[in-house]
Amino acid sequence: MRRGLAGQRLVAAFLAGTLLFNYPVLSLFDRLETAFGLPLLYVYVFAAWAVLIALIAWVVERGAR
Amino acid sequence: MLSGGLIVSVSFAYLLLLFAVAYFGDRRADQGRSIIANPWTYALSLAVYCTAWTYFGSVGRAASGGVWFLPIYLGPTLGFALSWLVILKMIRIAKTYRITSIADFIASRYGKSHLLGGLVSIIAVVGTVPYIALQLKAISSGYALLIGEHDAAYRSIHAGSWLQDSTLYIALLLAVFTVLFGTRHLDATERHEGMVAAIAFESVVKLVAFLAVGLFVTYGLFDGFGDIFARAYADADLAGLFTLDGAGGSYGGWFALTLLAMLSVIFLPRQFQVTVVENVNEQHLRRATWLFPAYLLAINVFVLPIALGGLLLFGQGAVDPDTFVLTLPLVHGQKWLALLAFVGGLSASTGMVIVETIALSTMVCNDLVMPLLLRLSRFKQAASPDLTGLLLAIRRGAILLVLLLGYVYFRLAGEAYALVAIGLISFAAVAQFAPAMLGGMYWRGGTREGALAGLAGGFLLWTYTLLLPSFAKSGWLDPAFLEHGLFGLAWLKPEQLFGLQGLDNISHALFWSMAANIGCYVLVSVLRSPTGQEASQATLFVDVFRRGQTAMPASFWRGSAEVSDLLPLVARFLGTRRAMDAFNDYARTRGVAHVQELKADAGLVHFAETLLAGAIGSASARVMVSSVVQEEPLGLDEVMNILDEASQVRAYSHQLEEKSRALQAATDELRRANEQLKELDRLKDDFMSSVTHELRTPLTSIRAFSEMLHDDPRIDLAERTRFLGIIVSETARLTRLVNQVLDMAKIESGHAEWHNTDIDMRQLVEHAVGTTAQLFRDRGAAVELSLPDAVPLLRADHDRMVQVMLNLLSNAAKFVPAGEGRVKVALTHGGGELRVDVADNGPGIPPESAAVIFEKFRQGGDQRSRPQGTGLGLPISKQIVEHFGGRLWVTSSPGEGATFSFVLPLAEGAAESAAAAHNEIE
Repeated sequence: MRRGLAGQRLVAAFLAGTLLFNYPVLSLFDRLETAFGLPLLYVYVFAAWAVLIALIAWVVERGAR
Repeated sequence: MLSGGLIVSVSFAYLLLLFAVAYFGDRRADQGRSIIANPWTYALSLAVYCTAWTYFGSVGRAASGGVWFLPIYLGPTLGFALSWLVILKMIRIAKTYRITSIADFIASRYGKSHLLGGLVSIIAVVGTVPYIALQLKAISSGYALLIGEHDAAYRSIHAGSWLQDSTLYIALLLAVFTVLFGTRHLDATERHEGMVAAIAFESVVKLVAFLAVGLFVTYGLFDGFGDIFARAYADADLAGLFTLDGAGGSYGGWFALTLLAMLSVIFLPRQFQVTVVENVNEQHLRRATWLFPAYLLAINVFVLPIALGGLLLFGQGAVDPDTFVLTLPLVHGQKWLALLAFVGGLSASTGMVIVETIALSTMVCNDLVMPLLLRLSRFKQAASPDLTGLLLAIRRGAILLVLLLGYVYFRLAGEAYALVAIGLISFAAVAQFAPAMLGGMYWRGGTREGALAGLAGGFLLWTYTLLLPSFAKSGWLDPAFLEHGLFGLAWLKPEQLFGLQGLDNISHALFWSMAANIGCYVLVSVLRSPTGQEASQATLFVDVFRRGQTAMPASFWRGSAEVSDLLPLVARFLGTRRAMDAFNDYARTRGVAHVQELKADAGLVHFAETLLAGAIGSASARVMVSSVVQEEPLGLDEVMNILDEASQVRAYSHQLEEKSRALQAATDELRRANEQLKELDRLKDDFMSSVTHELRTPLTSIRAFSEMLHDDPRIDLAERTRFLGIIVSETARLTRLVNQVLDMAKIESGHAEWHNTDIDMRQLVEHAVGTTAQLFRDRGAAVELSLPDAVPLLRADHDRMVQVMLNLLSNAAKFVPAGEGRVKVALTHGGGELRVDVADNGPGIPPESAAVIFEKFRQGGDQRSRPQGTGLGLPISKQIVEHFGGRLWVTSSPGEGATFSFVLPLAEGAAESAAAAHNEIE
């Protein structure tokens, strides 16, 4: 997995995470609004975080087979 | 309020349980049935990242900064996305060279330098002892809260005398635990299975406890997430917590915090200990890559609800938000939940303290105390034969010392800012290891002086911009230097160094310390080229994945040694039994029966040094080994030569492999060609025997009738005429056969002459049918012709196409039943092709012969019913059709006749002319 596709996918996931958790993407959600009755920023960060973890899990567990 | 006795006994029971888990873990490890050898335990043990600072402090941060507690956990998630690239390499390096701490890692990489190891150890101790103090404070104030020793704002009141302070006893108890499971024996790999099992257990406890409090607050005190947030929205003060800006921060600060946490999760001494040193199997890292971030996510879901819940219920500023996890259940009468929350906090604190002190004690022992001992000449001359006891004592002393230092700091700091803010300050301290570590793993050019300069520069700036201001804010230093700068120089203001403004203090310090660190590291490194020792270590680290486990390092050593020197040396530090075991194992891998027969070559010296490195650190191991062997130091040129040789050998072997692959491919090709030739040879033999057989049949009958005519002059004229007729027809058949064989040979060899003209297939088909009309009349068969009005012209050889048509028609004539034969000939065109079908109502062709009738001399039907013919007609026709790019095939089922069809492609442009011709006719 070190040199293979999975490694490249993990780097891609890292870059995607860096993008999602920083300015300027973060600023799109940095507003005093609600989503499902919860603060937008809070919902966004946790959702993006969960998706990123799921993505990493998919990559590494797939590579394990 | 709970009784102190209850809490103390519950805490004791919990610690006893922890002892039991650790003891069980160690027992199972000794039996070879490790309970930590699975990715789940590994990932849980990584969660030692979540300390009391997370457990209590996150809520505090969230209460004042909203989502600003999150970067501390987003950073590790991002960092772990890269774990398979970075951490895996660290694990491999550490395992290969028996590296047991960050200090050892850096010292070993830059030429096994004592100075460097010592500096790293000092930074680690200075940076993390206050952090340990914070854990003790968390336990202490939690205890005070539960038993009611607090003021109206739930701030704990500390016991006056040190001896009355329960925290001291907690610290001592933790020291005992750590000594028992952290330094049970000297292991060359420095792994502590029982301790890891206990840490994983603690991670579960703190998660469960925190989630329990979170659920209680969210669903017990409020009506779920929606309710809490809706009520917080209504409060103008709290609504500010829901945006980054409102909570008083900038995107730059957010980025800096994420980066800081990302570096910390790799370079904190306790993280290095559990992630790298305690790793059982590299593959466990794979699952931990997502499981550890998932743990962080889970433990953070309820942070904001608890913080908001506390603020809503207590009102802002009434209660210290750091205590919400305990005070919310306590105030609402949930004593047992509060106790559980306390146990959770206890597990978060103890886990951190245990692992951190073990990691620090290894550093202090191997990189601070050992080098000093080695300097004492008395010590060098082997006063005591067995030093394992001494080593263990040093470790245990270091553990006790670190914990007591933490306790002292806790007592001195109390509620001071320096303690509260230590989490991030500590992170920023360990981030200073990043350039030297990462640079050392990926860049060969780093030198000892470069690493020293980088670390010193970074540490200095960290101290000036972060640590000293925190002291000043605690009132331990004159705050004037904070406001006016050192010596009153404004550009030396520690939190606005060189006038840099607009950054929060963490980002500011991170920027300056990293700038100094990386700058010094790179600039000083490139001042001179690496020495031989540095270059060889650089190669071992950077190329760790490319080399065999032990084959290469040994080649960097030249000198002479004696087994009788090396074995006692290792035994001094590892114990005689362990050393003998290790040497015996090594002897076995070398195929030697006894240790005494071992050749004291470079490999053995390296082996001994690696063994020692696990116990006393690589730099000290180097010193010890060089004291008993005679060695020639290698210069840079020699190291480079060895490397060049190695890379040349690799290149040659690579070339050889390629050549052998190419040869293999060529051989396969030749084999295939040979098979093909053999097949062709067999076909040729078949062909020859078929031809001679076919030639012999007419010859036999010619000869028989000729002999009859020759031998018997009395044969009457009618008979004679009949015989001669037969002879003539058989001769004609013979001629035809020979012609066809020649024809076939010509076509196959490509020597046939083709006279291409534009042919109107309509005329050609009509003509062919006309020519064979007599044949069909003789058989009493009817021919049905179906022709379109016009077809495009075809570019082909007219005579050859006639030959094909005649062949198919005469075949049909041969096979139709006498008297009632019906043959349909159809010409169609479409799709750029012309198609001719010749259908008969003969016996048909069984599927098994359908494929072979196009082979030479393979006629349809069995031998008896086989009609006259050479058996070459169809093969020749097929060859002709294929020559013009068409296909010839048969569709048939037995009893229902056969249809021979062929298609011929029209030349480019012919299709349009066909359409034009069609239009003209219409």
